[in-house]
Amino acid sequence: MKNLKWLVPTLYILFLMLPIYWLVSMSFKTTNEILGAFSLWPQEFTLDNYITIFTDPTWYNGYFNSLTYVAMNTLLSVSVALPAAYAFSRYRFLGDKHLFFWLLTNRMAPPAVFALPFFQLYSAVGLFDTTLAVALAHCLFNIPLAVWILEGFMSGIPKELDETAYVDGYSFWRFFIRIFIPTIAAGIGVVMFFTFMFSWVELLLAKTLTSVAAKPIAATMTRTASTAGYELGLLAAAGTLTIIPGAFVIWFVRHHIAKGFALGRV
Amino acid sequence: MIDKTTNQRAWFLVLPVVVLVAFNALIPLMTVVNYSVQETFGNNVFFFEGVRWFEQILHSERFHASLLRQLTFTGIILLIEVPLGVAIALTMPKKGPWVSVCLVLMALPLLIPWNVVGAMWNIFALPDIGLLGQMINGMGFDYNFTQQPLAAWFTTILMDVWHWTSLVVLLAYAGLSSIPDAYYQAARIDGASAWSVFRYIQLPKMKRVLTIAILLRFMDSFMIYTEPFVLTGGGPGNTTTFLSIDLVKIALGQFDLGPAAAMSLIYFLIILVLSWIFYTLMMRNEEQ
Amino acid sequence: MAKITLDQVRHSYLDHPASPDDWALKQLDMVWDDGGAYALLGPSGCGKTTLLNVISGLLRPSEGRVLFNDRDVTDIPSDRRDIAQVFQFPVVYDTMSVFDNLAFPLRNRGVPEEQVKSRVHEIAGMLDLEAVLGNRASGLTADGKQKISLGRGLVRADVNVIMFDEPLTVIDPHLKWQLRSKLKELHQEVGVTMIYVTHDQTEALTFADRVVVMHDGTVVQIGTPVELFDKPRHTFVGHFIGSPGMNLLPCEVIEGAPSFLGHRVETAEAVAVPTGARQLEIGVRPEFIHFAAKGLPVDIVRVDDVGRYRIVRVNHKSHTIKLVVPENVPIPDGKGHLVFDRARTHVYADGWIIT
Repeated sequence: MKNLKWLVPTLYILFLMLPIYWLVSMSFKTTNEILGAFSLWPQEFTLDNYITIFTDPTWYNGYFNSLTYVAMNTLLSVSVALPAAYAFSRYRFLGDKHLFFWLLTNRMAPPAVFALPFFQLYSAVGLFDTTLAVALAHCLFNIPLAVWILEGFMSGIPKELDETAYVDGYSFWRFFIRIFIPTIAAGIGVVMFFTFMFSWVELLLAKTLTSVAAKPIAATMTRTASTAGYELGLLAAAGTLTIIPGAFVIWFVRHHIAKGFALGRV
Repeated sequence: MIDKTTNQRAWFLVLPVVVLVAFNALIPLMTVVNYSVQETFGNNVFFFEGVRWFEQILHSERFHASLLRQLTFTGIILLIEVPLGVAIALTMPKKGPWVSVCLVLMALPLLIPWNVVGAMWNIFALPDIGLLGQMINGMGFDYNFTQQPLAAWFTTILMDVWHWTSLVVLLAYAGLSSIPDAYYQAARIDGASAWSVFRYIQLPKMKRVLTIAILLRFMDSFMIYTEPFVLTGGGPGNTTTFLSIDLVKIALGQFDLGPAAAMSLIYFLIILVLSWIFYTLMMRNEEQ
Repeated sequence: MAKITLDQVRHSYLDHPASPDDWALKQLDMVWDDGGAYALLGPSGCGKTTLLNVISGLLRPSEGRVLFNDRDVTDIPSDRRDIAQVFQFPVVYDTMSVFDNLAFPLRNRGVPEEQVKSRVHEIAGMLDLEAVLGNRASGLTADGKQKISLGRGLVRADVNVIMFDEPLTVIDPHLKWQLRSKLKELHQEVGVTMIYVTHDQTEALTFADRVVVMHDGTVVQIGTPVELFDKPRHTFVGHFIGSPGMNLLPCEVIEGAPSFLGHRVETAEAVAVPTGARQLEIGVRPEFIHFAAKGLPVDIVRVDDVGRYRIVRVNHKSHTIKLVVPENVPIPDGKGHLVFDRARTHVYADGWIIT
């Protein structure tokens, strides 16, 4: 019984890897092979699908667009959430509890509800089809999340740290940037992981707010499926490439991931 | 707990957050409220309609059907993902090099764009060229998720389990790793059975994180749109048309702004109320 | 109830220990008598907790055997060794009531409910927990939670040994005294073997009949508090027990008598130096040194009055010696002469006593 314990996570991971394997294997197949006969691994190994993606600007620009707005959103969310989380963790002020709760309700808002009004709002302010629009729109759910997690991390840091620094003659911002931020570096890493994650995987808003110039990679893929016929190999290659940034980011935070979930008030 | 000092100037620190979120939340919300009480025939001409759209939605069979589908789906995936996630977390290694390997591989599905998840499962489950489709048909079942409602449901649920169980695993694992060794040692000396250890040590210590996991899974599955849309397109027929898919169909497909807006508000309210009920129930349980 | 024997026990947390430093427990051969009140004393990291876990079965020693009444229990798991252990930090089952917490070890062993009830009430009464028996354990203070942990350790009447791993760390000082005397009282009442781990010598000396002093993975001395004080087997014991610790002065042995920088020191017996000894030291406690008209000439550096006696620090050449002088005994001005109490002056070779 005890010796079979490893079987459960192993089977689960196997189950997780199967569809991914299928996607990757398909990305190395030719369209003919995919549609022709069922095969467990590529019979005629080809890199054509990847070559198409790396040479066609409508494809590779999609990656740049996605990475651009994700990076912008992550930086924006974290930099505004830091002082706000500090305020929530250290001070009592008029309406603080209601404000915190209101922020959290935005995490519950279905993006589908906001798709149309977002389209109108960002068109009205002239940001439609820019990466900035998507970066701003994703703040809707990422800022509440960032404030929430950071507040948890900051509450774990004794207030004496602040008081000592003020007694030593630090100004608020100098203390905040020179002492406080390095102290909660792990928390910031965790928050960046989450904001990256949710901005990277979201598509409904990203697609609604862009048409040509700032189109994200994920949206380029839906076009392939509908207009250019059934180019499954290309679709699979593009999909495979979207997994890489995520895998890279997880590898980066692998030692903190469990701790990150545990802290931050969770 | 830190005891906080009263400082109204803290508002300056939260101001950027308030401005950014309000810009994204309040203006669109006002737009939605505005639409929900008006009728338009294009050209930006609006007529006040009062609560007619709300009445219409609340009495519409289509909405009831979507809501029922949504509740069923959310119920099923919660029933599968939470116990499964806890079971996996319990059997995971506690230390050693395998921990990182497990965590990294398990977190991978969480970082794949949602439409890629849908597309991946589409080509994985296709009955003619997909691995899963071939496997199920090979076992002698007649399986085609693009045509059979039951197969479509099965595939959608399996996809969601694939996509999100890891979130529960990671949260539960985090809860478990916060239990000091002394608890397990004491339980061994007290002669506690494996079930007692789970019931009296592990479960109580996981309670907080499980509350979060259930809330997150509830909210996110209630808003699910992209993955089933790419996988099944809401079909066959309307059998996998969940609330968000239906809403987008009405708003962007038929451009019925009034009913769509009214439905949005009802939808949002349902999530808020249900989340609140979940939350208070679980917290009350905690206090007892 | 049982006599506990450790037979050539060694333990390392590494899979392939190479150097002696890799062993958390170096070679232990000892017997814990049935019904004894032992204190396991030593600084943090000396292997106390490891030793405790080896006895309780939470750890399987890398080498050697553990015997309970001559029965080999090395491979028997903790729950079947019939032992109780209380940990440094409170372990309570949060969702249970205080009563259920205390009843847990009994119920797990199928003790009839009536017996459980009377036993739990008895223990609760002893620890002043009766008023909160119905409360949820999670609501108690750290003190209260640790009392529950203690209670769960004490609740079984049929255990071979009860082990306490620094159990009073989180307890309020005034409660500490109270609980420690409770434990002592209890030991006299039931006569079960108790092992009390601590790094605090006062705690060890007040609780135990016999004190086991550990240092760096080995047991350096087992003895009554008086033995540890009068005749430390190892310089570590001399230094660790007593406040201030034993004075250690380098010496050479000439014709069976130690000589400190040319000054001959009297001992009870003639000193026989073992062959190969590298470092010889005279050890004498500050309590056993007096000022006299003749003797070792010293300069008085400092006098600290700590109430009923004074601690005097003196120098002989570059060596500092401390001595304890009772209140009514005069201290000479500036310079003086020291005499060591002959019966309590010991000589150590490489740390171990030879006279």
